[in-house]
Amino acid sequence: MYDTGKIIFGIVIFVLFATFPFYSNIGKVSAKPEPKLDTPVIQQLAEKKCVESKEFMKVEHMQLLNEWRDSAIREGRRVYINSEGKEFKISLQNTCMNCHSNKKEFCDKCHNYAAVKPYCWTCHIEPKEKQL
Amino acid sequence: MSMDRREFLKIAGSSTFLATIGIGAGWILSRPGEFLEASQFLQTKELLKAKQWAMVVDMRKLKTEEDYKKVIDACHRIHNVPNFDNPKDEVKWIWLDTFEHAFPGQESEFMPEQMKHKPFVLLCNHCENPPCVRVCPTKATFKRKDGITMQDLHRCIGCRYCMAACPFGARSFNYRDPRPAIKEPNPEYPTRMIGVVEKCTFCEERLAKGQMPACVEASNGALVFGDISDPNSEVRKILNTNYTIRRKAELGTRPVVYYILDIPTSVVPGGEGNV
Repeated sequence: MYDTGKIIFGIVIFVLFATFPFYSNIGKVSAKPEPKLDTPVIQQLAEKKCVESKEFMKVEHMQLLNEWRDSAIREGRRVYINSEGKEFKISLQNTCMNCHSNKKEFCDKCHNYAAVKPYCWTCHIEPKEKQL
Repeated sequence: MSMDRREFLKIAGSSTFLATIGIGAGWILSRPGEFLEASQFLQTKELLKAKQWAMVVDMRKLKTEEDYKKVIDACHRIHNVPNFDNPKDEVKWIWLDTFEHAFPGQESEFMPEQMKHKPFVLLCNHCENPPCVRVCPTKATFKRKDGITMQDLHRCIGCRYCMAACPFGARSFNYRDPRPAIKEPNPEYPTRMIGVVEKCTFCEERLAKGQMPACVEASNGALVFGDISDPNSEVRKILNTNYTIRRKAELGTRPVVYYILDIPTSVVPGGEGNV
Protein backbone atom coordinates (compact mmCIF):
# COMPACT_ATOMS: atom_id res chain seq x y z
CA MET A 1 0.00 0.00 0.00
CA TYR A 2 1.34 3.39 -0.91
CA ASP A 3 1.13 6.42 1.39
CA THR A 4 -0.05 4.37 4.36
CA GLY A 5 0.87 7.07 6.84
CA LYS A 6 -1.05 9.83 5.01
CA ILE A 7 -4.14 7.64 4.55
CA ILE A 8 -4.29 6.52 8.16
CA PHE A 9 -3.77 10.07 9.34
CA GLY A 10 -6.62 11.17 7.06
CA ILE A 11 -8.91 8.46 8.36
CA VAL A 12 -8.18 9.40 11.96
CA ILE A 13 -8.96 13.05 11.21
CA PHE A 14 -12.19 12.07 9.48
CA VAL A 15 -13.34 9.81 12.30
CA LEU A 16 -12.58 12.48 14.89
CA PHE A 17 -14.53 15.04 12.84
CA ALA A 18 -17.49 12.78 12.14
CA THR A 19 -17.89 11.71 15.77
CA PHE A 20 -17.43 15.21 17.16
CA PRO A 21 -21.10 15.58 18.20
CA PHE A 22 -20.91 12.38 20.22
CA TYR A 23 -17.75 12.88 22.28
CA SER A 24 -18.27 16.58 22.71
CA ASN A 25 -21.64 15.88 24.39
CA ILE A 26 -20.57 12.95 26.55
CA GLY A 27 -21.58 13.50 30.14
CA LYS A 28 -23.76 16.51 29.37
CA VAL A 29 -27.39 15.75 30.03
CA SER A 30 -29.85 18.19 28.56
CA ALA A 31 -32.92 18.42 30.72
CA LYS A 32 -36.06 16.67 29.55
CA PRO A 33 -38.50 19.30 28.34
CA GLU A 34 -41.42 19.90 30.67
CA PRO A 35 -44.03 22.08 29.04
CA LYS A 36 -45.86 24.18 31.61
CA LEU A 37 -49.62 24.27 31.92
CA ASP A 38 -50.05 26.94 34.56
CA THR A 39 -51.78 29.67 32.58
CA PRO A 40 -54.61 31.66 34.20
CA VAL A 41 -57.18 30.20 31.79
CA ILE A 42 -56.14 26.59 32.41
CA GLN A 43 -56.15 27.09 36.18
CA GLN A 44 -59.73 28.27 36.07
CA LEU A 45 -60.91 25.23 34.16
CA ALA A 46 -63.08 22.92 36.23
CA GLU A 47 -61.80 19.91 34.35
CA LYS A 48 -58.25 20.40 33.13
CA LYS A 49 -58.55 18.70 29.78
CA CYS A 50 -57.43 19.56 26.28
CA VAL A 51 -59.60 18.85 23.22
CA GLU A 52 -58.44 15.24 23.34
CA SER A 53 -56.58 13.16 25.93
CA LYS A 54 -53.10 14.16 27.01
CA GLU A 55 -51.53 11.05 25.49
CA PHE A 56 -53.23 11.70 22.15
CA MET A 57 -52.28 15.37 22.07
CA LYS A 58 -48.67 14.56 22.90
CA VAL A 59 -48.30 12.26 19.92
CA GLU A 60 -50.81 13.52 17.39
CA HIS A 61 -51.28 17.26 17.92
CA MET A 62 -49.64 18.03 14.60
CA GLN A 63 -52.01 15.74 12.69
CA LEU A 64 -54.94 17.17 14.62
CA LEU A 65 -53.87 20.72 13.75
CA ASN A 66 -53.55 19.78 10.09
CA GLU A 67 -57.04 18.30 10.12
CA TRP A 68 -58.38 21.41 11.83
CA ARG A 69 -56.71 23.60 9.25
CA ASP A 70 -58.13 21.72 6.27
CA SER A 71 -61.56 21.43 7.82
CA ALA A 72 -61.85 25.12 8.68
CA ILE A 73 -60.39 26.63 5.53
CA ARG A 74 -61.18 24.20 2.77
CA GLU A 75 -64.52 22.84 3.96
CA GLY A 76 -65.70 25.74 6.09
CA ARG A 77 -66.37 23.44 9.03
CA ARG A 78 -65.25 25.33 12.06
CA VAL A 79 -66.59 23.16 14.85
CA TYR A 80 -64.72 20.12 16.16
CA ILE A 81 -66.54 17.43 18.09
CA ASN A 82 -64.07 15.35 20.05
CA SER A 83 -64.17 11.68 20.92
CA GLU A 84 -66.27 12.48 24.01
CA GLY A 85 -68.81 14.48 22.02
CA LYS A 86 -67.69 17.89 23.27
CA GLU A 87 -67.69 20.86 20.85
CA PHE A 88 -64.74 23.12 20.22
CA LYS A 89 -64.28 26.11 17.96
CA ILE A 90 -61.57 25.35 15.43
CA SER A 91 -58.98 28.08 15.75
CA LEU A 92 -55.31 27.97 16.59
CA GLN A 93 -55.18 31.60 17.70
CA ASN A 94 -58.51 31.73 19.52
CA THR A 95 -58.97 28.22 20.90
CA CYS A 96 -55.56 26.56 21.37
CA MET A 97 -53.67 29.66 22.38
CA ASN A 98 -56.49 30.94 24.56
CA CYS A 99 -55.63 28.23 27.08
CA HIS A 100 -51.99 27.76 26.16
CA SER A 101 -51.18 31.44 26.33
CA ASN A 102 -47.64 30.58 27.40
CA LYS A 103 -46.16 29.68 24.03
CA LYS A 104 -42.57 30.04 25.24
CA GLU A 105 -43.12 27.70 28.17
CA PHE A 106 -45.40 25.31 26.32
CA CYS A 107 -44.93 24.96 22.54
CA ASP A 108 -41.34 26.10 22.38
CA LYS A 109 -40.15 23.86 25.21
CA CYS A 110 -40.51 20.61 23.25
CA HIS A 111 -40.06 22.09 19.80
CA ASN A 112 -36.68 23.52 20.73
CA TYR A 113 -35.67 20.28 22.42
CA ALA A 114 -36.59 18.27 19.33
CA ALA A 115 -35.16 20.97 17.03
CA VAL A 116 -38.36 21.28 15.05
CA LYS A 117 -39.50 24.63 13.73
CA PRO A 118 -43.20 24.62 12.92
CA TYR A 119 -44.06 27.58 10.69
CA CYS A 120 -47.36 28.38 12.41
CA TRP A 121 -46.17 31.71 13.73
CA THR A 122 -45.08 33.30 10.47
CA CYS A 123 -48.79 34.11 10.00
CA HIS A 124 -50.67 33.21 13.17
CA ILE A 125 -50.19 35.76 15.90
CA GLU A 126 -48.57 34.49 19.08
CA PRO A 127 -50.22 35.32 22.37
CA LYS A 128 -48.68 38.27 24.14
CA GLU A 129 -46.39 37.14 26.92
CA LYS A 130 -44.56 38.99 29.61
CA GLN A 131 -41.01 39.66 28.53
CA LEU A 132 -38.65 37.88 30.88
CA MET B 1 -23.18 -21.05 -6.53
CA SER B 2 -25.09 -24.16 -5.82
CA MET B 3 -27.67 -24.40 -3.10
CA ASP B 4 -28.99 -27.46 -1.37
CA ARG B 5 -32.54 -27.90 -0.23
CA ARG B 6 -31.73 -27.11 3.41
CA GLU B 7 -30.05 -23.81 2.49
CA PHE B 8 -32.96 -22.80 0.28
CA LEU B 9 -35.55 -23.41 3.00
CA LYS B 10 -33.52 -21.39 5.50
CA ILE B 11 -33.36 -18.36 3.22
CA ALA B 12 -37.00 -18.64 2.16
CA GLY B 13 -38.16 -19.03 5.75
CA SER B 14 -36.18 -16.13 7.15
CA SER B 15 -37.17 -13.77 4.36
CA THR B 16 -40.86 -14.59 4.87
CA PHE B 17 -40.42 -13.90 8.57
CA LEU B 18 -38.73 -10.54 7.95
CA ALA B 19 -41.30 -9.51 5.37
CA THR B 20 -44.12 -10.24 7.82
CA ILE B 21 -42.49 -8.06 10.47
CA GLY B 22 -41.94 -5.30 7.90
CA ILE B 23 -45.53 -5.31 6.70
CA GLY B 24 -46.80 -5.42 10.27
CA ALA B 25 -44.64 -2.48 11.29
CA GLY B 26 -45.71 -0.54 8.21
CA TRP B 27 -49.35 -1.14 9.02
CA ILE B 28 -48.94 -0.03 12.63
CA LEU B 29 -47.02 3.11 11.66
CA SER B 30 -49.36 4.13 8.86
CA ARG B 31 -52.52 3.71 10.94
CA PRO B 32 -54.33 7.00 11.42
CA GLY B 33 -54.72 8.15 15.00
CA GLU B 34 -57.35 5.92 16.50
CA PHE B 35 -58.97 8.71 18.51
CA LEU B 36 -59.63 10.82 15.43
CA GLU B 37 -62.14 8.32 14.10
CA ALA B 38 -64.55 9.16 16.90
CA SER B 39 -64.33 12.89 16.17
CA GLN B 40 -66.31 14.96 13.71
CA PHE B 41 -66.14 18.28 11.96
CA LEU B 42 -69.25 20.41 11.67
CA GLN B 43 -70.26 23.83 10.49
CA THR B 44 -71.00 26.45 13.11
CA LYS B 45 -74.68 26.80 13.97
CA GLU B 46 -74.61 30.52 13.25
CA LEU B 47 -73.14 30.10 9.74
CA LEU B 48 -74.95 32.18 7.13
CA LYS B 49 -75.60 30.01 4.10
CA ALA B 50 -75.98 30.78 0.41
CA LYS B 51 -75.43 29.30 -3.02
CA GLN B 52 -73.59 32.35 -4.31
CA TRP B 53 -72.85 35.31 -2.11
CA ALA B 54 -72.96 38.63 -3.92
CA MET B 55 -72.69 42.34 -3.22
CA VAL B 56 -74.29 45.52 -4.45
CA VAL B 57 -72.41 48.78 -4.01
CA ASP B 58 -74.80 51.72 -4.03
CA MET B 59 -72.62 54.62 -5.07
CA ARG B 60 -75.43 57.09 -4.27
CA LYS B 61 -75.05 56.37 -0.57
CA LEU B 62 -71.30 56.92 -0.41
CA LYS B 63 -70.98 60.65 -0.01
CA THR B 64 -68.13 61.91 2.10
CA GLU B 65 -64.52 60.85 2.32
CA GLU B 66 -65.38 59.62 5.80
CA ASP B 67 -67.87 57.09 4.34
CA TYR B 68 -65.16 55.53 2.20
CA LYS B 69 -62.60 55.55 4.96
CA LYS B 70 -64.91 53.77 7.40
CA VAL B 71 -65.55 50.96 4.92
CA ILE B 72 -61.89 50.40 4.03
CA ASP B 73 -60.59 50.75 7.58
CA ALA B 74 -63.15 48.29 8.93
CA CYS B 75 -61.86 45.63 6.57
CA HIS B 76 -58.16 46.32 6.74
CA ARG B 77 -58.15 46.65 10.53
CA ILE B 78 -59.79 43.33 11.37
CA HIS B 79 -57.90 41.39 8.70
CA ASN B 80 -54.45 42.69 9.58
CA VAL B 81 -53.88 44.16 6.12
CA PRO B 82 -50.50 45.91 6.14
CA ASN B 83 -50.15 49.55 5.14
CA PHE B 84 -46.93 50.23 3.25
CA ASP B 85 -45.98 53.76 2.22
CA ASN B 86 -44.51 52.59 -1.06
CA PRO B 87 -47.34 52.01 -3.59
CA LYS B 88 -45.29 49.24 -5.22
CA ASP B 89 -45.61 47.17 -2.03
CA GLU B 90 -49.30 47.96 -1.57
CA VAL B 91 -51.52 45.22 -0.15
CA LYS B 92 -55.25 45.80 -0.46
CA TRP B 93 -58.46 43.90 0.07
CA ILE B 94 -60.84 46.78 -0.64
CA TRP B 95 -59.74 49.97 -2.33
CA LEU B 96 -60.77 53.01 -4.39
CA ASP B 97 -60.31 53.92 -8.02
CA THR B 98 -61.91 56.16 -10.63
CA PHE B 99 -64.68 55.18 -13.05
CA GLU B 100 -62.34 55.04 -16.03
CA HIS B 101 -60.00 52.64 -14.27
CA ALA B 102 -62.74 50.52 -12.75
CA PHE B 103 -64.84 50.30 -15.92
CA PRO B 104 -62.38 50.79 -18.79
CA GLY B 105 -63.97 51.34 -22.17
CA GLN B 106 -67.17 52.70 -20.68
CA GLU B 107 -65.85 56.13 -19.83
CA SER B 108 -66.33 59.14 -22.06
CA GLU B 109 -64.80 62.53 -22.24
CA PHE B 110 -68.13 64.20 -21.66
CA MET B 111 -69.57 62.13 -18.84
CA PRO B 112 -70.84 63.94 -15.74
CA GLU B 113 -68.00 65.33 -13.62
CA GLN B 114 -69.57 63.72 -10.58
CA MET B 115 -69.05 60.26 -12.05
CA LYS B 116 -65.69 60.97 -13.59
CA HIS B 117 -64.03 61.83 -10.32
CA LYS B 118 -66.03 60.04 -7.69
CA PRO B 119 -64.01 57.07 -6.39
CA PHE B 120 -65.53 53.60 -6.70
CA VAL B 121 -65.24 51.03 -3.93
CA LEU B 122 -63.50 48.01 -5.48
CA LEU B 123 -62.90 44.55 -4.07
CA CYS B 124 -62.56 40.94 -5.19
CA ASN B 125 -65.53 40.17 -7.45
CA HIS B 126 -65.81 36.56 -6.26
CA CYS B 127 -66.46 35.59 -9.88
CA GLU B 128 -68.69 32.63 -10.62
CA ASN B 129 -66.09 31.57 -13.20
CA PRO B 130 -62.88 32.69 -11.52
CA PRO B 131 -59.74 32.68 -13.66
CA CYS B 132 -57.51 32.83 -10.56
CA VAL B 133 -58.84 29.45 -9.43
CA ARG B 134 -58.24 27.90 -12.83
CA VAL B 135 -54.57 28.88 -12.94
CA CYS B 136 -53.56 28.14 -9.34
CA PRO B 137 -51.08 25.24 -9.52
CA THR B 138 -51.55 24.18 -5.88
CA LYS B 139 -55.31 24.74 -5.54
CA ALA B 140 -54.49 27.25 -2.85
CA THR B 141 -57.31 29.39 -4.20
CA PHE B 142 -60.59 27.64 -4.73
CA LYS B 143 -64.31 28.17 -4.99
CA ARG B 144 -66.33 27.42 -1.89
CA LYS B 145 -69.79 25.89 -2.05
CA ASP B 146 -71.29 29.24 -1.10
CA GLY B 147 -69.58 30.96 -4.04
CA ILE B 148 -66.76 32.63 -2.14
CA THR B 149 -63.43 32.55 -3.94
CA MET B 150 -61.36 31.49 -0.98
CA GLN B 151 -57.66 31.07 -0.43
CA ASP B 152 -55.78 28.55 1.64
CA LEU B 153 -52.63 30.49 2.39
CA HIS B 154 -51.04 27.39 3.86
CA ARG B 155 -50.77 26.16 0.29
CA CYS B 156 -49.82 29.38 -1.51
CA ILE B 157 -46.36 29.13 -3.03
CA GLY B 158 -46.32 32.73 -4.22
CA CYS B 159 -46.15 32.00 -7.96
CA ARG B 160 -48.51 34.93 -8.67
CA TYR B 161 -50.30 33.19 -11.54
CA CYS B 162 -53.56 34.26 -9.92
CA MET B 163 -52.48 37.89 -9.98
CA ALA B 164 -51.76 37.62 -13.69
CA ALA B 165 -55.10 35.91 -14.28
CA CYS B 166 -57.30 38.27 -12.27
CA PRO B 167 -58.60 41.04 -14.54
CA PHE B 168 -59.62 43.19 -11.58
CA GLY B 169 -56.30 43.60 -9.78
CA ALA B 170 -57.94 42.22 -6.67
CA ARG B 171 -54.90 40.28 -5.53
CA SER B 172 -51.86 41.64 -3.75
CA PHE B 173 -48.48 40.02 -3.27
CA ASN B 174 -46.55 40.33 -0.04
CA TYR B 175 -43.23 41.57 -1.37
CA ARG B 176 -42.18 42.35 2.20
CA ASP B 177 -42.85 40.93 5.61
CA PRO B 178 -46.26 42.46 6.39
CA ARG B 179 -45.89 42.27 10.18
CA PRO B 180 -44.04 45.57 10.75
CA ALA B 181 -46.56 47.41 8.56
CA ILE B 182 -49.56 46.43 10.67
CA LYS B 183 -50.15 49.14 13.24
CA GLU B 184 -52.59 47.43 15.58
CA PRO B 185 -52.71 43.72 14.83
CA ASN B 186 -56.04 42.05 15.51
CA PRO B 187 -55.06 39.12 17.73
CA GLU B 188 -58.07 37.11 16.60
CA TYR B 189 -57.05 36.95 12.93
CA PRO B 190 -53.78 35.78 11.38
CA THR B 191 -51.49 37.97 9.34
CA ARG B 192 -49.86 36.82 6.14
CA MET B 193 -46.18 36.14 5.54
CA ILE B 194 -43.74 37.37 2.93
CA GLY B 195 -44.22 35.66 -0.42
CA VAL B 196 -47.96 34.89 -0.46
CA VAL B 197 -50.84 36.44 -2.37
CA GLU B 198 -53.88 37.74 -0.51
CA LYS B 199 -57.28 39.27 -1.19
CA CYS B 200 -60.80 39.79 0.14
CA THR B 201 -62.55 36.65 1.45
CA PHE B 202 -66.08 38.14 1.75
CA CYS B 203 -65.38 37.84 5.50
CA GLU B 204 -66.02 34.12 5.56
CA GLU B 205 -64.80 34.02 9.19
CA ARG B 206 -67.56 36.50 10.09
CA LEU B 207 -70.21 34.62 8.10
CA ALA B 208 -69.33 31.58 10.21
CA LYS B 209 -70.26 33.62 13.29
CA GLY B 210 -73.49 34.79 11.69
CA GLN B 211 -72.20 38.29 11.00
CA MET B 212 -72.27 40.36 7.81
CA PRO B 213 -68.95 41.28 6.18
CA ALA B 214 -67.11 44.08 7.98
CA CYS B 215 -67.31 46.51 5.06
CA VAL B 216 -71.07 45.99 4.76
CA GLU B 217 -71.54 46.62 8.46
CA ALA B 218 -69.49 49.82 8.31
CA SER B 219 -71.08 51.16 5.13
CA ASN B 220 -74.36 52.44 6.53
CA GLY B 221 -76.37 50.62 3.89
CA ALA B 222 -74.25 51.56 0.89
CA LEU B 223 -72.94 48.02 0.55
CA VAL B 224 -75.52 45.24 0.50
CA PHE B 225 -74.61 41.59 0.82
CA GLY B 226 -76.76 38.55 0.08
CA ASP B 227 -77.46 35.35 -1.79
CA ILE B 228 -77.85 36.10 -5.49
CA SER B 229 -79.41 32.69 -6.15
CA ASP B 230 -82.28 33.46 -3.80
CA PRO B 231 -84.96 35.54 -5.57
CA ASN B 232 -86.17 36.94 -2.23
CA SER B 233 -82.79 38.17 -1.04
CA GLU B 234 -82.20 41.85 -0.58
CA VAL B 235 -79.51 41.78 -3.24
CA ARG B 236 -81.93 40.39 -5.82
CA LYS B 237 -84.61 42.91 -4.90
CA ILE B 238 -82.14 45.74 -5.48
CA LEU B 239 -80.97 44.25 -8.77
CA ASN B 240 -84.60 43.91 -9.92
CA THR B 241 -85.38 47.56 -9.31
CA ASN B 242 -82.15 49.33 -10.21
CA TYR B 243 -79.88 49.60 -13.19
CA THR B 244 -76.56 48.10 -12.16
CA ILE B 245 -73.22 47.51 -13.87
CA ARG B 246 -70.41 45.08 -13.18
CA ARG B 247 -66.71 45.44 -13.83
CA LYS B 248 -65.51 43.90 -17.10
CA ALA B 249 -68.50 41.55 -17.37
CA GLU B 250 -67.59 41.07 -21.05
CA LEU B 251 -64.62 38.90 -20.03
CA GLY B 252 -66.97 36.13 -18.97
CA THR B 253 -65.71 35.67 -15.43
CA ARG B 254 -69.21 36.45 -14.14
CA PRO B 255 -68.34 38.83 -11.32
CA VAL B 256 -70.95 39.18 -8.57
CA VAL B 257 -70.18 42.65 -7.27
CA TYR B 258 -72.73 45.04 -8.77
CA TYR B 259 -72.62 48.83 -8.81
CA ILE B 260 -75.49 51.32 -8.76
CA LEU B 261 -74.16 54.49 -10.37
CA ASP B 262 -74.55 57.88 -8.81
CA ILE B 263 -76.02 59.68 -11.80
CA PRO B 264 -76.94 63.33 -11.40
CA THR B 265 -80.63 64.04 -11.98
CA SER B 266 -80.84 64.52 -15.69
CA VAL B 267 -82.15 67.75 -17.14
CA VAL B 268 -83.50 67.83 -20.66
CA PRO B 269 -82.58 71.15 -22.30
CA GLY B 270 -85.71 73.15 -22.98
CA GLY B 271 -87.84 70.69 -21.09
CA GLU B 272 -89.40 70.88 -17.68
CA GLY B 273 -86.86 68.79 -15.93
CA ASN B 274 -86.36 65.52 -14.23
CA VAL B 275 -86.78 62.17 -15.86
